[in-house]
Parts: sequence; structure tokens; C-alpha cells
Amino acid sequence: MQIEKENSGTTGDGQAAAVSPIDFRLDPSSGVPTYLQLVQQVEHALRLGYLMPGDQLPKIRDVVASLAINPNTVFKAYRELETKGLAAGRPGQGTFVRATLSQVALPELTKLRRTLLGWLTTADKAGLDEDGVIALFNSVMRDFRESRATSGRGRGSGSDREGVA
Amino acid sequence: MNVVETHRLGKSYGRTWALRDCTLAIPAGHVTALVGPNGAGKTTLLNLVVGLAVPTEGEVAVLGGRAAGSPAALDGIAFVAQDTPLYRSLTADDLLHMTRNLNRHFDRSYARGRLTELGIPLRRRAAKLSGGQQAQLALTLALARHPRLLVLDEPMAMLDPLARHDFIAMVMTAVADDGVSVVFSSHVLTELERVADHLILLSGGRVQVAGEVDDLLASHRVLTGPTAEIDRYVDRLDIVHARRGAAQANLLVRTSATTDAAPPGWRAHPVGLEELALAYLREPGAAALPGPTRGDNIEPLGVTP
Repeated sequence: MQIEKENSGTTGDGQAAAVSPIDFRLDPSSGVPTYLQLVQQVEHALRLGYLMPGDQLPKIRDVVASLAINPNTVFKAYRELETKGLAAGRPGQGTFVRATLSQVALPELTKLRRTLLGWLTTADKAGLDEDGVIALFNSVMRDFRESRATSGRGRGSGSDREGVA
Repeated sequence: MNVVETHRLGKSYGRTWALRDCTLAIPAGHVTALVGPNGAGKTTLLNLVVGLAVPTEGEVAVLGGRAAGSPAALDGIAFVAQDTPLYRSLTADDLLHMTRNLNRHFDRSYARGRLTELGIPLRRRAAKLSGGQQAQLALTLALARHPRLLVLDEPMAMLDPLARHDFIAMVMTAVADDGVSVVFSSHVLTELERVADHLILLSGGRVQVAGEVDDLLASHRVLTGPTAEIDRYVDRLDIVHARRGAAQANLLVRTSATTDAAPPGWRAHPVGLEELALAYLREPGAAALPGPTRGDNIEPLGVTP
């Protein structure tokens, strides 16, 4: 899943379009319902810090025009985000981010990304392909989760939502 | 309000019934896909809805009880027929002028603005426009009347992928802006899920499946398990369509309070709209129609002529 940073949301009717930091894409082969793909992409952007509280989500009309999807689908996705407490609609303006899902600050995230990249290079040199990396990651992740559960230590496993604006 | 209501609607041409015993209700505010194989009666149903054909039996009403084809009905409906017919020797501008003079409501500035935005030259004859542009011009003429119900017969059959995307985007933008209800027929199943939130499946002139897409998807599952065990569960499961491999089988089943759980050793998967539609098309005998609790809004019509 990717979030494109640039915004393509021009409405074409002359007025300056409010710019959202994210742009949606759809993967028809994923088997995930369209509205859920939108929800997941917003959550993903929140987790990675692309979206912050106060940011505007793409306007429904712009999403409809660029993806050629039913506006009810976008409504449904935004309603789901509202139910989850992640977004709130402002009448006549649009839908805005209310909360963040990112657990660490951006500089720390960058550092983690760099170490992971280093590890991936090592794995690649050792001859592990992408599927192998994913399988190994999932397996280690499972071990980690189990060991954390037995030691009763650790954080982040419960509610990963914080910082309601 | 229902934008379309039919009660035991039928249309015969000579001794052949193109549509028979069709009872359905399409609520306002939806984008409804009318799906079915060739010859299922899709075009006949749409022609009856817009008043281009007269029923042989039964009733059809539109926009909350107006008789199909009546002036009050025609005012609120726009129709783009199969292959988006236009007067080929007229220019886009001529067609705007003509459509404005033939209709009570026509938003000329909307139409001109749209065509400029789409890059369709107003001075060019319709025949000289590309297939995609002709479809967009026909759609613009329809939308400029600001209808409450837009009816499209196989609107995308002739369009390449890019033109199809732009066409759908234009329809969906009108839905977002004006809240227009849309009924379109199609035998293209891909893309259906992105566009339609209401589905009607016609087969052999009869309604086979009708309902909101979310409800239909929530009430169906694909069960995967050993082929040898199918016979044991035939009575317990509401099987729509079974695909049997030598060892493993996939069953599309309707779930309900009584037949909810997957049998031990079987896995249940959610189903996509395309898969669901295909399964029903393969089993013309199966039907998924609104139950008695939801049928209360389709019984008496109360047509006002």
C-alpha cells in the first residue's frame, strides 16, 4: 500500500481546492471492499505521520472524480473513520483528522526506517527474497508477541490510539 | 421514495415475453446496476421505465408514483440509450440548442462549461467526435437537464478503459453534486463494485436478485472444504452455486441465522460482487429477493396518472 504525497485534487470549477496531504488509490485485485481500502489508507497515513490532526481528508467530490467511484462509498469510509474517532466532519467544509495513530515521533520513525533498511540490505546479501523476508518478519513478529505476552511486559498491544485532538 | 417501482410488469413482443412478472422497487439516492445476460430483458425494462415502451401487463411508476411516460415523469428523467445515439450531422452546439428547445429545463451554462472542460469542440459534428467524446456529449446533454433519475442503457459497452473511467467519473460527480439517482444496465461485471450500491439481476425476463450491495455481500459467503463432504451438508446449507474440484470444492452459500456457521473443517470467505453475480448467472433457478419484511414497499403502487 502506498500513499502518494502529491495532491491531484483539482476540482476544475475554478475555486481553489482545499489541499489534502494524501491521495487515494484503489487496488481492484486486493479483494478488499472499496470503502475499507480508503479507511485503511487513511489509517496507514496516520500511522506513518503523513496525516496529522487538523489535516483535511480529500473532498468527497474530488475522490469521486479521480477514482470514478460511488460517492456513497466515500461517505461510508469517512463515516467509519468518524465512528473510530479518527476524523470529524465539519458542515460545509469537509472531513478533518481528529486523532493520530502514530506512536512515535517523526525523527524516531526515520531512524527506525534507516535501521530496517540496513537489515534488509543484509538479508538481501544473504540471499533472502521478498517473500522470504515477509515470512521471516511475520514469524519473528509472532515470537516477539508471544514472549511479550508471557512476560506480561510491553506496550502498544492494546489501544494504539493516542493524542485525540 | 422509490425512483422506480414495478408490479408484475410484463412486456411481450408477439408471442415472446421479453420481461415477465417483474416486481421491484429501486429506492432514491442509489446507483443501481441492472445486470444480466444478453436477452435477459434489461433494455426492455429500461424502455418501460422511461416510457419508450408500453407494458403488456402490470404496472410501472417512477419518481414516487408518477406513471412512466407521463409528462410529470419525463420532466425528471434523463435517458441515454444504448450506443449513445446523437444526430451525427449536427454539431455539439446544435445539439445543445436542440436539447434546450425540446425540454422544459436545460442548464445551458452547465452544458457548455462541461464540454469546454472535457475539451469537446462545440463546432465539430457529432460524427467526427471519438466514441468516448460522443458518449460524454450524450451524457452532458442528459445531465444538463438536472434530472432526478438518470437512466443509462449499456453506457460503457463501446468505450475504451480511459473513456470508461472518465464517463463513470462524470456520472459519479453528478451523483455527488446533485444527488441524482442512477439506474444503468451492464453486462460488464468488473468495476461494478466501485460504482453500484444497489443490484438487480435479471435472467430470462425475470428478477433473480435484488437488493443493496452491502446487504447482498453480507448475506453470502464462499465455503471451501472437501468435495466428498458436500452431500452431507446439502440440506443444511443454502447453496447457490457449487464448484467442485476432485478434492476441494467452493460453495457460494446464502447465510442466515439458521445456516450461519461453516461446517467443521470448512473455511468461510467473504464474497465479492462480481463473484456473487456470476454465481447467480450460472444458476438461473436460484433467487435472492427482498424478504416479506422488505417487500412492504413494493406491493400496492397507487399510480397517479
